[in-house]
Amino acid sequence: MSKDTPVVAHTISVLVANEPGILARVVGLFSGRGYNIESLTVAETDAKQSLSRITIVTKGTPMIIEQIKAQLDRLVPVYRVRDLTVEGPHIERELALVKVRSTGEKRVEALRLADVFRAKVIDAKADSFVFEVTGNSDKVQTFVGLMETLGLVDVGRTGIVAMSRGGEPL
Amino acid sequence: MKPEESATTGADLLVKALIDEDVEVVFGYPGGAVLPIYDSLFKQNRLRHILVRHEQAAVHAAEGYARSTGKVGVVLVTSGPGATNAVTGLTDALMDSIPIVCLTGQVPTHLIGNDAFQEADTTGITRPCTKHNYLVKAVDALARTVHEAFYVARSGRPGPVVIDLPKDVLMNKYDYVAPPKVVSEHKSYRPQMKPDPKKVAQALEMIIHAKRPVFYAGGGVINSGPKASKLLTQLVHLTGYPITNTLMGLGSFPASDKQFLGMLGMHGTYEANLAMHGCDVMINIGARFDDRITGNIAKFSPGSKKIHVDIDPSSINKNVHVDLAVVGDATLVLEELVKGWKAREAKGQPKVDQKALKAWWAQIEEWRARNCLAYKSDKETIKPQYALERLYHHIKNKDHYITTEVGQHQMWAAQFLKFEQPNRWMTSGGLGTMGYGFPAAMGVQIAHPDALVIDVAGEASILMNIQELSTVAQYRLPVKIFILNNQYMGMVRQWQELLHGSRYSESYMESLPDFVKLAEAFGAKGLRCSEPSKLDDTIKEMIALPHPVVVDVLVDQKENCFPMIPSGAAHNEMLLGPDDKAGKVSEEGMVLV
Ligand SMILES: Cc1cc2nc3c(=O)[nH]c(=O)nc-3n(C[C@H](O)[C@H](O)[C@H](O)COP(=O)(O)OP(=O)(O)OC[C@H]3O[C@@H](n4cnc5c(N)ncnc54)[C@H](O)[C@@H]3O)c2cc1C
Ligand SMILES: Cc1ncc(C[n+]2csc(CCOP(=O)(O)OP(=O)(O)O)c2C)c(N)n1
Ligand SMILES: [Mg+2]
Repeated sequence: MSKDTPVVAHTISVLVANEPGILARVVGLFSGRGYNIESLTVAETDAKQSLSRITIVTKGTPMIIEQIKAQLDRLVPVYRVRDLTVEGPHIERELALVKVRSTGEKRVEALRLADVFRAKVIDAKADSFVFEVTGNSDKVQTFVGLMETLGLVDVGRTGIVAMSRGGEPL
Repeated sequence: MKPEESATTGADLLVKALIDEDVEVVFGYPGGAVLPIYDSLFKQNRLRHILVRHEQAAVHAAEGYARSTGKVGVVLVTSGPGATNAVTGLTDALMDSIPIVCLTGQVPTHLIGNDAFQEADTTGITRPCTKHNYLVKAVDALARTVHEAFYVARSGRPGPVVIDLPKDVLMNKYDYVAPPKVVSEHKSYRPQMKPDPKKVAQALEMIIHAKRPVFYAGGGVINSGPKASKLLTQLVHLTGYPITNTLMGLGSFPASDKQFLGMLGMHGTYEANLAMHGCDVMINIGARFDDRITGNIAKFSPGSKKIHVDIDPSSINKNVHVDLAVVGDATLVLEELVKGWKAREAKGQPKVDQKALKAWWAQIEEWRARNCLAYKSDKETIKPQYALERLYHHIKNKDHYITTEVGQHQMWAAQFLKFEQPNRWMTSGGLGTMGYGFPAAMGVQIAHPDALVIDVAGEASILMNIQELSTVAQYRLPVKIFILNNQYMGMVRQWQELLHGSRYSESYMESLPDFVKLAEAFGAKGLRCSEPSKLDDTIKEMIALPHPVVVDVLVDQKENCFPMIPSGAAHNEMLLGPDDKAGKVSEEGMVLV
């Protein structure tokens, strides 16, 4: 395919059997075939049927994205592959834990900004906070960026989980 | 669950499950981790075990068995080095879509992860080189897993499946679980067999209205079973269109048929490649637009509408963008196309533009008249092409199967031997594994004890699994190894000539063994021939001997394989012979393999 076709980010949901090695299979597919992983989240979502849901944000030309989906779908323990980016509107969320160490003015400013971003204080010491912030990745990124000048010491991010809007299941 | 009184050990369950899956032969090599299985094999007489001399050969033998029968090939190896030795074979089977179930021993579950003796992370190592793999952690899952593995290996796009079996699982007891009646209801794996009728109708429309059509059929037709080849032949005859085959597709259409243009691709015929280049409708059935076919993608068949019939959606639009994809099994799609074609004919609906078709054939005949496979014959030295022509002459009326190693001899075999039926030609296409052909021939011979099975070999390749002479001696397999001995890694030398100023770095085969004595050392028969005038007699003797035979045919050392599309070039930039110098290899082409 021509090299100048646009590279676009896609958010892909994959429903898989929750069995040993499944994550290695998916990740190995991406590394082995040279695809990008911008974000990856995974957890069991249906204990009764032992299903996990993997959300992957990846980038590629339309032909590559089509390949990625076909390659994922062909893995034996994969039930369903959905490209949320092309299949109607969807919502994306990410959660971050942000640790800030500061005192005085900076501490007050951090708390004020947390309020603006609707971040929750989930741990507090005399000279530190841990905030929990959720939202789309931009919002999380912006919040983390703002904390940098206010004593940021640690960040943990979950990566993106996503879901289509409306009443339909995956 | 508690094991019942009647419960059997995991190893016995395994053997029972294999028998229930209609397995007749297992190719394997023992070791500590699989001793319980070998003990179970010892106590029964339904399953035959063939003891190879290297685990790689076990997998290739199973591939030969599978490709020549349409059944699943079965391999049994021990943990650690047994499993790692099998990796090349597994990768080969994955690339060429060959159904294999490979049973690997593993250290007991409680030792996994401890760097135990002969422990290897077999599922980790084989994940990228299998269609699927399993680690059986408890005996209650064993029989079920085996049945599922066979289903996965043979259904959809076939491929190799590994089942890793910790030793304690093989020794624990449990009740047998028979294979399910309907296995097709796998919970997550459901390949699409039946095509979308709308797509089939569209395909038919495109095919009928083509003016310069070409069928391009590949290994998927062979994978689909012999019926697919029959239907393909029928459809091609109904339409009157030309057809070309990939290396893996040879035999899916009778090579002697007038409509057959020969193989296409890097070493394909002039007429096949130019027909692909100039067609207006390309009908790909079960081929995957491999880079050996397309050459430079940007210049690949620029003016055509492309139809792609394939069972694997990931094959579609992978390398080449197609105009119409028909996902489904080749047999079912071809059945619908033949039906549709006949129905339209019966109704007298729009017919093929015969005038255009005639002009197209006239053009193709012009290309064909170039006689691109012609070579300069010689009275003194045996030309490899001549050797294969003579070989074919002597085997064509016999029930025969051909395997090959990898290199020039492989390409000449594809060009000069004619395949009239599917499942008669086994070659390592996708991985290009030197050392494939001989063990594959053993597997074919096991499946077809009375047939004439010949491995067309190069002197370099054959040394990669030469130890299997011991296996053919043990089982009295009358496999014939027909070595086109040019004393070079000819294919490597050809590329060095073309791309690296004839600097033949490390491609000369120093210190070759005396193949005749070598054969004798293993209890096989050795023959040698260096004169064209004696070749016929040598071949006749080889065929007449009821033993394994190694034939050392000393051929022209300098002969190159033509036609050739150099890497990075287009179909219409083919080199037709040694005088056709390759000022044509671009810098971009140099980096390609
Ligand atoms: C030295 C060397 C030189 C080579 N030169 C050439 C050359 O000149 N020309 C050439 O053709 N090859 C050549 N090859 C082989 C090449 O590398 C590829 O292996 C080969 O071209 C692939 O064949 P194929 O497209 O038929 O696909 P295969 O590898 O046979 O794949 C089969 C395709 O069919 C599909 N399929 C499987 N089952 C079904 C089914 N039931 N129904 C429908 N579809 C199905 C699969 O999904 C897949 O897409 C060479 C190899 C070597 C080692
Ligand atoms: C296992 C393996 N190693 C290396 C190669 C690269 N290779 C391709 S063809 C070839 C030479 C084969 O020589 P020979 O068997 O004598 O066949 P010839 O080309 O001379 O007919 C080599 C080294 C390969 N295909 N497989
Ligand atoms: Mg050679």
